[in-house]
Amino acid sequence: MMQSNDNHGLRLFLRYLLLVLIAVMFAFPLVFMVMSSFKPDQQLLLDSGNVRAFLPVGDLSFNNYFEAFERAPIGVFIFNSVLVTVVTVVLSLFLCSTAGFAFTFMEWRGRKLAFTIILATLIVPFETIAIPLLLLASKMPWIGFDGLTWGWLNSYRVQIIPFIADGLTIYLFAQYFKDLPGELIEAARVEGASWWQIYRKIVMPLSGPVLATAAILKFLVMYNQYLWPLMVVQQEEYRPVMVGLQYFFQLNIAWGEVMAYLSLITIPVLAFYLYLQKAFIASLASTGVKG
Amino acid sequence: MAAITLKGLKKSYGQAHVIKGVDITIEDGEFVVFVGPSGCGKSTLLRMIAGLEDISAGSLTIGDKVVNDLPPKDRGVAMVFQSYAIFPHMTVRENVAFGLTISGASKEEKDAKVAEAARILQMEHLLDRRPSQLSGGQRQRVAIGRAIVRKPAVFLFDEPLSNLDAALRMDMRMEIGKLHQQLGATMIYVTHDQVEAMTLADKIVVLKDGLVQQIGSPMDLYHRPDNVFVAGFLGSPSMNFLTVDVTEVSGTHATVRNAALDPTSIEIRHPGIVAGGKAKLGLRPQYLNPDDPAGRLHGRVALTERLGSETVIEATLTDGSNLIVALARDAHFPIGQDISLGFDPDMAHLFAA
Ligand SMILES: Nc1ncnc2c1ncn2[C@@H]1O[C@H](COP(=O)(O)OP(=O)(O)OP(=O)(O)O)[C@@H](O)[C@H]1O
Ligand SMILES: [Mg+2]
Repeated sequence: MMQSNDNHGLRLFLRYLLLVLIAVMFAFPLVFMVMSSFKPDQQLLLDSGNVRAFLPVGDLSFNNYFEAFERAPIGVFIFNSVLVTVVTVVLSLFLCSTAGFAFTFMEWRGRKLAFTIILATLIVPFETIAIPLLLLASKMPWIGFDGLTWGWLNSYRVQIIPFIADGLTIYLFAQYFKDLPGELIEAARVEGASWWQIYRKIVMPLSGPVLATAAILKFLVMYNQYLWPLMVVQQEEYRPVMVGLQYFFQLNIAWGEVMAYLSLITIPVLAFYLYLQKAFIASLASTGVKG
Repeated sequence: MAAITLKGLKKSYGQAHVIKGVDITIEDGEFVVFVGPSGCGKSTLLRMIAGLEDISAGSLTIGDKVVNDLPPKDRGVAMVFQSYAIFPHMTVRENVAFGLTISGASKEEKDAKVAEAARILQMEHLLDRRPSQLSGGQRQRVAIGRAIVRKPAVFLFDEPLSNLDAALRMDMRMEIGKLHQQLGATMIYVTHDQVEAMTLADKIVVLKDGLVQQIGSPMDLYHRPDNVFVAGFLGSPSMNFLTVDVTEVSGTHATVRNAALDPTSIEIRHPGIVAGGKAKLGLRPQYLNPDDPAGRLHGRVALTERLGSETVIEATLTDGSNLIVALARDAHFPIGQDISLGFDPDMAHLFAA
């Protein structure tokens, strides 16, 4: 097939143009958010109708940030969200990968049925189970520093435990494990490895890509939690960032402060995500299972 | 060391019966090769011995223990897989030492044993590489190295050479033969390459459709096949079979003939040969002689393939059937030329039709 250079160059140009447009579309709201966070409310509202909304022009200052910190205990919220998110992600990676391992490699009665049920939970929206879950959480026992207590409301655990195991993450792991060469597992078994050793020494080291994927997905879900903490946390000391947004939507909305708050809680996450994505691609390239 | 006994071994996947009752006795230190066409159950049988597949019925003994219900790690076996199955995230050294690491061996012990295995397999210079930096043959060495460091009593090989090119395959075949000499361990080797089977085996087990067809030494199977399947499976090019009429049975011999074959008296070694019936006459291509003045099989040349040291002739016989003749020399037979072939009746096999 003949194809002129011109044609090829043009197609390349169009492709890049399209990618740039998409990138810009995604970037605009973020740019708007960050720029606005430095502007006084009045100017912010004036600028929002034109291109100045995306430009660092006018009366710029950190005032919105100072006021946002006055209005809400932002440090506490960020700490809470990071704690809940990190603990959930770590526990979830462990629990869901071991579950996926058991579903993929081990033979046991009821395995297929159990897996089907787990898959079925994928189509149940969280809103459906929120109320029953709330009732359950309000009655669960807990043994902590002050002995046996009842009810999990107003705590970190109520924000963590219900989200550790989930169908999607288990499914992700099971699917990935199924594509690992089965003979690797069999070779390890013949060499004398226990299931636990196979999990730790063979399967986990080869699971970089799926661990990264599962971690990112879980991170996003957890960091963006809103409905559930709204239902189960009434005390400021356990409140996560998204619920904290309420502090800024009082009688008159201080848009500049809202933007400052949103910038504070978004930018670090974005940076972390970009970093993870790099690690994700690197781990894909280095395991070499599929080549 | 360990002898292995398979008694009435069966394997089914639901309604699919894959192994249908297999009895094999393997002596301690023996090299046994399982051969058979694709899908006959060789791998399944091997994996049952390894403990990677459950046994549906029958008993499996390794050493003096029935191991039906033991997990692979307690059976004292090592296995080399067709895909090598070396761990991609470990160096060669870590791969070879894997079994020792698992069993908690000390660093000194590991180093010493890995060094010895590497010496035997001549791969000292590869120890710190990653599997992705190895050729196919080198990967195979690593897989074998991993198997030998633990000094297991039984080695299981599932088509270990089938991913290698022809030259390397020959090298590795000889090395595996040497390895067996050195280690003296019991080895079970699955292949469908009959050269591997003939050269390596003390004992060959021919399988078909989940059943044993015949067990014996390579020469036993080659010269005294029990049935048409075994006769046709071993030997290359494979044995010719002619449908013949049995005109007379007298004592140990039967006289057979057909449109292309002059009446010939053949020793009866298998049941089912009756006068007036049909039979199958098996003739190896190498034992047919076109220069014999007393040629008794008539036809004409359909095709000649000259390989220099060898000539393969395809002949169309007077009765319309085809026949392959293999000569161990260069010869020219023009297409269409009449040909008469002689053979030693003692080298012919008569099977019930
Ligand atoms: N998990 C399974 N479920 C159902 N049937 C199976 C399963 N595994 C293997 N089989 C069947 O068992 C038969 C024997 O398979 P096996 O792998 O032992 O053949 P093989 O002799 O090793 O063949 P090859 O030379 O192609 O490797 C095949 O017909 C195969 O389809
Ligand atoms: Mg096989």
